[in-house]
Amino acid sequence: MHIVVVGLSHKTAPVEIREKLAVSESRMGEALTRLCSYQGVREGIVLSTCNRVEVYAVVDEIEAGYERIQEFLADAHLSLSSEQLTPHLYWHQGDRAINHLFRVASSLDSMIIGESQILGQIKDAFEAALTHKSTGIILNKVVKKAISVAKRVRTETKIAEMAVSVSYAAVELAKKIFSDLSEKTVLLVGAGEMAKLAARHFIASGVRHVRVTTRNPQHGLELAERFGGTAVPFEQFREDMASADIVLVSTGAAHSLVSEDDVQRSVRQRQNRPMFLIDISVPRNIDPAVRHVDNAFLFDIDDLKARVEQNRGGRLEEAEKAERIVVDEVKVVRQWLQSLEVTPTIMALRTKADDIKRVEMEKTLGRLANLSASERELVEAMASSIVNKLIHNTMVTLKAEVNSSDGAAFVEAARRFFSLGDPALSLVDENAASASETGSSSHEESKDVEAMIPRAGSKRPDH
Amino acid sequence: MAAMVLVVTLALYFAATVSFLAYLLWPSKVLSKVSLGMTAVGFVAHTIALMARMVGATDVSPPDFHEALSFFSWMLILVFLAVEFRHRLHVLGSFIVPLALVSLLSAAALPDPAPTLTPVFRTLWVHVTLSMLGTVGFAVAFVAGVMYLIQDRLLKSKRFNTLYSKLPALDFLDHLSQQSIVMGFPLLTLGIITGALSAEFSRGSYLNWNPEQAWALVTWVFYFAVLMGRLTMGWRAKRAAYLTIIGFAGVLLTLIGVALKSHGPVS
Repeated sequence: MHIVVVGLSHKTAPVEIREKLAVSESRMGEALTRLCSYQGVREGIVLSTCNRVEVYAVVDEIEAGYERIQEFLADAHLSLSSEQLTPHLYWHQGDRAINHLFRVASSLDSMIIGESQILGQIKDAFEAALTHKSTGIILNKVVKKAISVAKRVRTETKIAEMAVSVSYAAVELAKKIFSDLSEKTVLLVGAGEMAKLAARHFIASGVRHVRVTTRNPQHGLELAERFGGTAVPFEQFREDMASADIVLVSTGAAHSLVSEDDVQRSVRQRQNRPMFLIDISVPRNIDPAVRHVDNAFLFDIDDLKARVEQNRGGRLEEAEKAERIVVDEVKVVRQWLQSLEVTPTIMALRTKADDIKRVEMEKTLGRLANLSASERELVEAMASSIVNKLIHNTMVTLKAEVNSSDGAAFVEAARRFFSLGDPALSLVDENAASASETGSSSHEESKDVEAMIPRAGSKRPDH
Repeated sequence: MAAMVLVVTLALYFAATVSFLAYLLWPSKVLSKVSLGMTAVGFVAHTIALMARMVGATDVSPPDFHEALSFFSWMLILVFLAVEFRHRLHVLGSFIVPLALVSLLSAAALPDPAPTLTPVFRTLWVHVTLSMLGTVGFAVAFVAGVMYLIQDRLLKSKRFNTLYSKLPALDFLDHLSQQSIVMGFPLLTLGIITGALSAEFSRGSYLNWNPEQAWALVTWVFYFAVLMGRLTMGWRAKRAAYLTIIGFAGVLLTLIGVALKSHGPVS
């Protein structure tokens, strides 16, 4: 069993490719079911954001697993073939796959290093995977660990504070089109996180007029209230666009919402006053042909990225600190994963049983000094027989289940039942992960668990 | 004395032009300060040269084309310094100072004036001053238009280079261009009227369709259309920028017409 990741990100693929692979929330269930239906794929989770589409999976064989997942990705869009994807993909397995997930979760691989959105997106992806039961013991553990690593990185490094955001880049670009933002109107189309963030930045930079439109009118009203603006019915926003100087689009729509004609008409109505359009959606919601409209300036997520890239620097030191945390945590997970291997587990079980037998035998035989050699052998044989019979079924079951989808769970269970060390780690970590959600209430809880079960390996702070 | 100061002025404007152009390529605060300093000193020298010329003038003879161009150049720098003082817009200097240098150079390079037309209406200087002030307005509009088109191109092609970071917001440039035309247009109108009046006094007719007058009228009509188009038909932004550039070409042709009349073969 191997953990693998196959995916593409803003670093390897342009938005034209990413938007084709993006899996919308509504289609996530179907996608996860399809992923797990592939031969040899035991567990899977799909992370789909503006900047990346990644599949993490537990597979029987690495090479075959890579191929299945690549097929899965290529199937997302009719116009894509598996070969076309190859130059944009990356493949990692084992420690490197875990390392990658931890880096992504900690926002070390983000377009804007240190941004916090990715953590929420990973939680959502995990939520979806749990709902559709596409993950099992291994990915559940690894993803939970990724979430706790991300939190650790955020509290122990200054990486989040230093995030130079895409929304900041959007405001900066706007200032090259409009000298005074306070008189300008922002139209927010859709309620994507990034767009909301950008809208907040614009307001902070002096924009006073905000108009909001979302497919769900109620949602639109709430957002408008939050931004102190007005809500515009979704059906009308194209006609209303002329009143906006800055149009921020970020919806989950799979097709473009704003066409070249819409923008052309708006610019004409505005008597050629410039318009600034920002499309933070993937797939893009504004037709890229809008670039050709005079006095309309369209920027998509990749353009903003290019701008951010130029503003970068100065955060490297903190990023290095974060990388070290990630490497440490990968080691912890690796130890746990190794413990899930069947052969060492069976050997540990054997050793443990033999140890108990030996200690008890020595104690008993010490008191029965006047036994004959053959009697001693008998007692010894009885002890061996009891021990062997007790663990026999466990070993048979472990060997039999090793290739089933629950193999890892059996191993973990055996380790816990027989107190075979390391796996205890898992329980502690799960508590720790949920502890940081709710506060430190389960601190004692995890202490209790530690007291009950001896454990090896490094320990991480609980919150 | 005046001639020597003028050479100093030219040298300073030349140095300022070079350093202002270098400023376009390299992000350097020192460069902008040096350029600005040289422009300011050059402007003082230029002012002295102009005053010396005025004081030195034996009578109230009308300004010749030399003086007109020199005055134009001086006004350009004045406008630049005023805008710079108000908006801290160093990059404007990279466009205006070279233009001022070129006009001052061409003034110096022109052959000696042909004998002035006689008898001359004594207040011809009013016509020259007004026309030149109008031209300054159009020149600033032209420069703003060029800057607009560059920034528009940079934004469209997403080239965020040094120049991009130095150029101001598009709507500022559009506004600057519009304001310059709004100020330049009435001045040119008055310049044309006073020109027609002086022509009537000196030659007995308001209009005799020499190239100078013809181009002046064409230019006037053109800018009138540009202003009207902006108010009624939304000729702003990119289109306005193109129009101001075309309009300024008309202004230049008019000036060449004047130059030919007073310095070249008399029409």
